[in-house]
Amino acid sequence: MTEILKPTRRGLLRGAAALGASGAIASPLVLREAHAQAAFNWKRFSGQSIDVLLVKNPRSDLFQAAEKEFTELTGIKVSSEQVPEQQQRQKAVIEFASGKPSFDVSAISLHVQKRMAAKGKWFADLSPMIKDASLTSPDFNFEDFGAGAVAYARQADGALDTLPYFVDYWMVYYNKELFDAKGVAFPKTMDEMAVAAAKLHDPAKGVAGFVSRGLKNANVPVWACLVLGQGIETTSAEGKLLTDTPEAIWAGELYKKLNKDTGPVGSVGFNWNECQTTFMQGRAAMWLDGIGFATPLEDPSKSRIVGKVGYGVTPPGPKAHHAGMFGDGIGISRGSAKKEAAWLYIQFITNKAQQLAMLKAGAGAPARSSAYLDTATIEASKFGKQYFDCLLNSAKIARAALPQIVPVTEFRDVFGVALTNAIGGADVAAELKKATEAFAPVLAKSEQG
Amino acid sequence: MTSTTLPASSLTSPAQAPAADSRDFTPRYWLFSLPAVLIVASVIVFPWLFTLYMSTQDWKIGGGQEFVGLQNFVELARDPRFIESMGHTFYYTVLAVVLPILFGTAAALVFHREFPFRGLLRTIFVMPMMATPVAVALVWTMMFHPQLGVLNYLLSLVGIGPQAWVYSPGTVIPTLILVEVWHWTPLVMLIVLGGLAGLPREPYESALIDGANAWHMFRHITLPLVWPFIMVAIVIRTIDALKAFDTIFVITQGGPGTASETLNIFLYLQAFQFYKIGYASAVVVIFFVIIIMLSLLLLYARQKSKWNA
Repeated sequence: MTEILKPTRRGLLRGAAALGASGAIASPLVLREAHAQAAFNWKRFSGQSIDVLLVKNPRSDLFQAAEKEFTELTGIKVSSEQVPEQQQRQKAVIEFASGKPSFDVSAISLHVQKRMAAKGKWFADLSPMIKDASLTSPDFNFEDFGAGAVAYARQADGALDTLPYFVDYWMVYYNKELFDAKGVAFPKTMDEMAVAAAKLHDPAKGVAGFVSRGLKNANVPVWACLVLGQGIETTSAEGKLLTDTPEAIWAGELYKKLNKDTGPVGSVGFNWNECQTTFMQGRAAMWLDGIGFATPLEDPSKSRIVGKVGYGVTPPGPKAHHAGMFGDGIGISRGSAKKEAAWLYIQFITNKAQQLAMLKAGAGAPARSSAYLDTATIEASKFGKQYFDCLLNSAKIARAALPQIVPVTEFRDVFGVALTNAIGGADVAAELKKATEAFAPVLAKSEQG
Repeated sequence: MTSTTLPASSLTSPAQAPAADSRDFTPRYWLFSLPAVLIVASVIVFPWLFTLYMSTQDWKIGGGQEFVGLQNFVELARDPRFIESMGHTFYYTVLAVVLPILFGTAAALVFHREFPFRGLLRTIFVMPMMATPVAVALVWTMMFHPQLGVLNYLLSLVGIGPQAWVYSPGTVIPTLILVEVWHWTPLVMLIVLGGLAGLPREPYESALIDGANAWHMFRHITLPLVWPFIMVAIVIRTIDALKAFDTIFVITQGGPGTASETLNIFLYLQAFQFYKIGYASAVVVIFFVIIIMLSLLLLYARQKSKWNA
C-alpha cells in the first residue's frame, strides 16, 4: 500500500472522521461526559432475567465475560448461549417462526438474515427506545455508531430492528516476503491482482499466487466483492438479479482465473479456514477475505508469517472502488415481555468500553467510531498501523456485498455451485446464466406474501 | 442335568382340555397393549402421516402454507440436483457396502486363524469402529488438506505428487468411501468372525478326506455357511450407508459444488438451510419408499440365504 499513514493521533482522528463522512463508521461525536450517567437508573429493572441467543465467536465471548458486570450494574440476570453460526441461524428462524422464541435478545448476521428478520417481524424497533431518555443511558451516544453500519442494519421501512455492533470489510492479506522476493508491488487494480498472482504463483515451491474461498456457498462473497468493482451489486436497487450481466460475468472470469490458474490445489473445496491455514503457513501470496480473520495470522504459535503480513484495501475494479461489507446486529424479540431489560443489556454490551475491548482483542471491527480514536489501543496492538489503515480506508469505501434479499442462503448455494463449476473449468457465462435462471423464481416467490 | 416328568394332565391336547373358563378375555388384553400402541402411534405413525401431509403443502418456515397436491413430487422429478443426489447416494451406498464387506470378510478369515498376538491385533483392528464419526471426519479433513495434510506428505515420500482428495469433484466420493471403509470394515469383520466361530468342523474333515484344497473348502463350505452372517452385515451396512450424513457433511458439506451431495445432504439443505419444509417432506417420502423397497429386497435375500436343515 502506498497510502500508509504515520500512526499519529491526528491521522487517526482524520481517518475516523472521514469514515463518518463516508457513511461507514460515523461521526466524530464521541466521548460525551459521563456525568449524566449518575442520573440514569440502571437498576430500574432489577430482579428480571433475560435470555440471549448468540453466535459462537470471539465477540460473544466478550459479551459473556461482561455479563457479571452488567448484573452488578443493573440487577438483571442474563442467561446466554453461544451456538455455532449455522445452527444459530436455524434456531433463530425456527424459534421466531413459532411466534414465541425462548430468548429475549438475539444476534443475527445482517448479510444473511436482515430481510428475513424484517419479513418475519422478528424484532422490536429500537428507535423509540433509543429516543426514550428514561430507557437510554445518556452516555450511550447513538451517533457514535457508524452511519454506514446503521444504514446497513436499518430496514427498508426505516425501522432499526437490530443495533449493529460488528462490521467486517473484505480486503487483501498479502505476504510481504513473497512479494519482495519477486519484486512485485501490491496491485493497484483488480486486473493487476491477477497479474501479480501469476507472477507469485510457484507450484514447485508449494506457493499459490492467490487463495480464496472455492467451496460452494462460502465462495459467493468473493465473487460478489469482485462484482462491486464494476460499480454494481448482484441485485439492483429494485431487486432485479444482475448476476448474468457482462459485469457479473467479468467478475466471474476474474474469480475463475485467480482460483483456477493461480490458486492452490483443491481450492475448489476451501472455506475461509482452509484459506487462512494456507496463507498462514506461507503457502499463498494473497488472500481475499474479511479483515475479521486477521487474529491468528499474527499469532506465533499458529502462524509462520508473523510480521510479514501486509493488509491491503481491495483494489479498485474497472468502474468502482469498494470493499465488501458484512456485519452483525443484535435485537430484541418482538414477543419478549422484558424489552426494557433487554434494551439495557444491548446498551451495555455495545457501549464504548465493550467495543474498544473488541478491537483490543482482535475480535473484529467495532461499529462505534470512538473505538478507532483510542490511539493507545491502536499503538499497542499487535497488528500494526497498516492493519488499522486498511480497516479505516476499507470502511470509507464499504458497500454491502451480498444481496439484501430473503433467500440469501439459496442465492449463495445456487451461485456457489456455478462458481465451483467455473473453477473446475466450466464456462462462466453459461454457469451464471443457468444459476440466474434457477434462482430467479426463488427470488420472485420470496418477495410474494 | 435333571429330568422332569410332566403330570399326565399337562400332556393333554388343547382339544381335550376341559373348558375350565370359557369367558373371552380379548377386550381386556387389548388394554395391555394400549400404551405400546399409543407410543408407536405418536412417535412413528403420526410423524409419518404428518410428513405425508406436509409433502402436499407448499410451506416455507416463516411464510404461508398452501395445498399443492403432488406438485412437490413433480418438481422433484424435474430438479436436476435431486436426481444427481440420488445417483450420488446409490454410488456411495454401493461402494460403502461392497468394500467393507470384502475387506471385513477377508479380515475375519485372517483373524479366525491362530497366530501370535492375534488378540492384540484384533483389538487394534476394531478400534476405528469405536471412534465418534464427527471426530473421525474432522481428523480426516485435516489429513486430506492438499497442501498441509499428512496423506500428500506420505505420497511425496514415495515420489507421488499431491492429490486433491475431497477437494476435487472426481475423487471426492471415492475418498469419502476410504473413510467409510476405514471406519466400518471392523464391524463387518466382527460379524463374520462370529459366524466363522460357530461353523462345524465335520464338513471340513470330510472335504479334506475327499482331497479338497483350501480354495475349494472356502468356496463350497465356508462361504455358504457364513453367508447368513454376511447378509446381516450387508443389511446393517446398507442401512448405515443410506443414512450417512455426519461424515459427508463435516468433510465436504456435499461439495465441491454438488459432487458429494447425497439425498441426506440435499434433504438437509432443503429443510434446514432453505426452510422449504413441504419440499423436504416430499424428499423424505421418496426416500422412505426407496428404503422400504431396498429393505424388502434385502430381507428376501436374507431369507434365501438361511441354512437349509
